[in-house]
Amino acid sequence: MSRIALPAIIVALIVLAALILPALLPWSHDAIDWDHVRAPAGSPGHLLGTDELGRDRLARLAVASRITLLVALAAALVSMVVGIAWGMIAGWAGGRVDEAMMRIVDALYALPFMFIVIVLMVVFGRSILLVFVGIGLVEWLTMARIVRGQVMTLRQRPFVLAATASGAPVRVILLRHILPNIAGVALAYLTLTLPGIIMIESFLSFLGLGVQEPLTSLGILVKEGADDMDVAPMGLLVPGGVMVTLLVCLTLIGERLRDRFA
Amino acid sequence: MRALILRRLLTAIPTLLLVLIASFALMRFAPGGPFDGERPLAPETRAALEAAYGLNLPMGEQFALYLKRTLTGDFGPSLVYRDFTVTQLIADSLPVSLTLGGLAIILALALGLAAGTVAALRPGGWADEALMLLATIVTALPSFVTGPLLALIFGLWLGWLPVGGLGDSLLTAPQFWVMPVIALALPVAGAIAKLARAGLAAALAQEHIRTARARGLSTGAIIVRHALRPALVPVVSYLGPAAAGLLTGAVIIETVFALPGLGRYFVQGALNRDYPLIMAVILLYAALLIAFNLIADLLYGWLDPRSRT
Repeated sequence: MSRIALPAIIVALIVLAALILPALLPWSHDAIDWDHVRAPAGSPGHLLGTDELGRDRLARLAVASRITLLVALAAALVSMVVGIAWGMIAGWAGGRVDEAMMRIVDALYALPFMFIVIVLMVVFGRSILLVFVGIGLVEWLTMARIVRGQVMTLRQRPFVLAATASGAPVRVILLRHILPNIAGVALAYLTLTLPGIIMIESFLSFLGLGVQEPLTSLGILVKEGADDMDVAPMGLLVPGGVMVTLLVCLTLIGERLRDRFA
Repeated sequence: MRALILRRLLTAIPTLLLVLIASFALMRFAPGGPFDGERPLAPETRAALEAAYGLNLPMGEQFALYLKRTLTGDFGPSLVYRDFTVTQLIADSLPVSLTLGGLAIILALALGLAAGTVAALRPGGWADEALMLLATIVTALPSFVTGPLLALIFGLWLGWLPVGGLGDSLLTAPQFWVMPVIALALPVAGAIAKLARAGLAAALAQEHIRTARARGLSTGAIIVRHALRPALVPVVSYLGPAAAGLLTGAVIIETVFALPGLGRYFVQGALNRDYPLIMAVILLYAALLIAFNLIADLLYGWLDPRSRT
């Protein structure tokens, strides 16, 4: 457990800060302090200073983390539901249905997805809802493959055969007997999906296609920081550091959970 | 082997057609067009422009026309870069992207295989633990953080390398390529290191390796002659996804380091609704991915005779 504990505590701290800080700080993330534009870090009232428009960096960082985490969680849940449903049906049905469903997954894997998501963003406007629905629909493929494999081995197990023999309906077998047994693996892959989604969201925001102002996300902060790094390197280093910490910790948790369950 | 290539090429055609239809439909039914500027155009001007680019024809006819042109390698004029055809733009930018991606994958393979081999020699040792933690961290680093970070440290603070742009060529001005290639290669190198370590550790635990050791072969000879080939199988099957990762990474890297590659044209084209440019780039990306997956499959068959059926 200890190998999971440290990264989990760090993630919990970031989540906690993202939830609580905006309520504690006197500045909102888009309020402009006209008297202190480009204040350096550590100046009174602005712990991390202000950006080139005079907005409090700490408040922006907290709100950005909140949005990034929210998008990641929502998209991960979408991908989990779609992936588990698809994988369970394919794995249980087997035969031609399975063949056809997994061919579709293979075909989708081969598509240049990032680019299709970009086109979707351009076509249907840049709403935050679409960002995570779009990402969630891309990220379910791996989950579907994993779940299908699990279901195919589980359906040969005695307790499932017994349930089938005693006449339990398919719905009950899938939900009561199969689902609890794939929950651990699904949780591990859900954790591994989160960093992937955070990267996609930040990628889109970096290109100006993701979350839109006045809302902000870690990707937007990194982009702003990169544009302004010759004057204010902290603007890149701090949000970049938070994002990297989050990504590394989530990846470590996910990998270690996976090693445990799989 | 020949049958595999043929079958793959035959399935590639419907896939590419599907990509083409999907992107055509998306772009054409999208709200907003390429001639929507700050100032509305006079109706006559707009009608003349749309007629010139064939945008006033029925959708079916537009698609048929597009398909016919595409098959002859003519992607039409760019709607935004008015003086260039899409084919010209791609011919100019593709070499940059291919060089970037090619160098990155070579670097990633070199770093990843080296780290994976060192880690696999003593599974559970300190080098294994440290290298695998490093690999996880590097894999989790997004290129839009590492790119600007490298530029900040080595470009602005230390002044060792140029922050962006391109010299005359790779050979006369290699310093322009150092940071973009490293930033693009790192996540792929991390993933390859993990796969190589897992594959090599499994291969080294097998009986024929123990026999080779018992007969007094050196560790280096054992790895090169007996263990590396089966250990490369998972690495090779990762090449397809790696290519996809490199393509998306290149979009960011080219933007960050101001390289005139395909990725930058794609982003600009998407933002400006430059339909012909976008469709050509997506089609090209899809073709590249299919080609990469085919190469991976062929290598796979060569490395693992069991998969040749």
